[in-house]
Amino acid sequence: MHNTLTIAKRELQSYFNSPIAYIVIVAFLGVAGWMYFSSLFLIGRADMRTFFQPSPFSPSMLLVIIAPALTMRLIAEERKSGTIELLTTLPIRDTDVIVGKFLAALGLIGLALGLTLFYPISVSSIGSLDWGPVLSGYLGMFLFSAALLGVGILCSTFTDNQIVAFIVGFLICAALYFVFWLPVFMPDLIKDFVHFMSVSFHLDNMARGVVDSRDIFYYLTLTGGTLYLAVFSLGRQHA
Amino acid sequence: MSDSASRLMVEARSLRKDYGATRAVDNISFKVSRGEIVGFLGPNGAGKTTTMKMITGFLKPTDGNTFVGDINVQLDPLAAQRRLGYLPESAPLYNDMMVADFVRFIAELRGVTDSKRLATICDRCGLGGVLGKDIGHLSKGFRQRVGLAQAMVHDPDLLILDEPTSGLDPNQIVEIRELIKELGREKTVILSTHILPEVQATCDRIIIVNDGRIVADDTTQHLTAAREGAVVRVVVKPKNGTDSARVRGIFSDLPGVRGVDPADGEGAGTFGFTLRAEGNRDPREAVFASAVTHDLIILDMHRESVSLEDTFRRLTRKEGPNA
Repeated sequence: MHNTLTIAKRELQSYFNSPIAYIVIVAFLGVAGWMYFSSLFLIGRADMRTFFQPSPFSPSMLLVIIAPALTMRLIAEERKSGTIELLTTLPIRDTDVIVGKFLAALGLIGLALGLTLFYPISVSSIGSLDWGPVLSGYLGMFLFSAALLGVGILCSTFTDNQIVAFIVGFLICAALYFVFWLPVFMPDLIKDFVHFMSVSFHLDNMARGVVDSRDIFYYLTLTGGTLYLAVFSLGRQHA
Repeated sequence: MSDSASRLMVEARSLRKDYGATRAVDNISFKVSRGEIVGFLGPNGAGKTTTMKMITGFLKPTDGNTFVGDINVQLDPLAAQRRLGYLPESAPLYNDMMVADFVRFIAELRGVTDSKRLATICDRCGLGGVLGKDIGHLSKGFRQRVGLAQAMVHDPDLLILDEPTSGLDPNQIVEIRELIKELGREKTVILSTHILPEVQATCDRIIIVNDGRIVADDTTQHLTAAREGAVVRVVVKPKNGTDSARVRGIFSDLPGVRGVDPADGEGAGTFGFTLRAEGNRDPREAVFASAVTHDLIILDMHRESVSLEDTFRRLTRKEGPNA
């Protein structure tokens, strides 16, 4: 656990030593703020439904781009520069490396998400806001981000080329995101299955204020599964 | 012999490593005792790096095992890695970190919390002046020092250094060598290189690897000692216009000389020769006496033992018509 946190700390510092962290935070706050306030003033509704709800132009769609961008270098860069050899010959487990790096990226997205709390807080100070769906929405966004980061870091273990890691990661994330709108004309059974596989479906549920264990289970499984595969993939490289 | 067992620091047992169809390491076995400085010598691509990576647990052998002390690296890599420090080839480091932060980061992962220890290590590796600099801005010599510092931060029994002096300028090479020699007084060091004077200058023992196999494993002294008798280099200047072929004939007839090869002279009117001595005989007195008789002025004469370079070339030559 100590080693995991040491790795996470270094990785987080590395994000803040470069412009990446600031770009991510500013972009996310900007887009999210614009989404939020436009709906607030246009529709005149004091909730955050549109903020959390998946759509092709939404903060969650922005995360589909941001997550693989944050994770693309995590392993690929270490492979390219050879530092992976340094890291994996230290007396630490591959799990420490993967989970540590994952936590750093999750911490950064968590921070960006946390800063958007400014929006509901400002609204609740002038009107009445139902905090229930807001909190379940935030929980959903956080778990949603974790799952995307898991996919991203797995893709980063496949290659020593960051661009390849990004493109593959983005394609998988985007597929998991957009498949939600696909099964309009399909039979119910298939439709349910495709919905269940989509990352958007579960976020949509949680945006409505429903905290269902199936949604949480889905995100945790996807996160845990991709991280497990990433550890496996990293281990194979020095085999 | 429990005594010799406890002195054993590294062992490779019939190590084999295949990359697809290529066999990088083919049945390598050796033992290194505590306190030895061993040099892995071989042409590029001979399997030095691969062997070292299997000792550090970075690569898993296709067959065979490596041991650090009595720990089987393949069964318990973490325990082995706790006991060793490793400097990979070309010192890969995090370029975006400051030297001090980087060393602290590695120390933390190594469970070293004593900040005095960090200061000592940085001092010893000559990093005092660059602690606040980004690693990406360091010269190659300093990078190598940072690499050494991270390998030594936990005071390991065993240091594995892959080409520690490659890419350095001559002054830096001397400095790093001194550092390695100093370390070798208390630690076991395995280093790899393809630079011959390097092993001669630093190592007690040399393992020459070629095509994934060990072709020689002996002390530096033995390997550099004359194997096929000494060689005498002579440069003469005939006073009376004697030609090169005749001088060669004169030397060939001397007792104790097995053969004479022409070599470079030192300008017009001078001839150089390389005389191969018979066994351990020293033909220099005879050369001098015959030179006096035949009016040859000796400009230079010295005996050379077979250099490590010759041994190395002989052992690592690709199989061919002259092999």
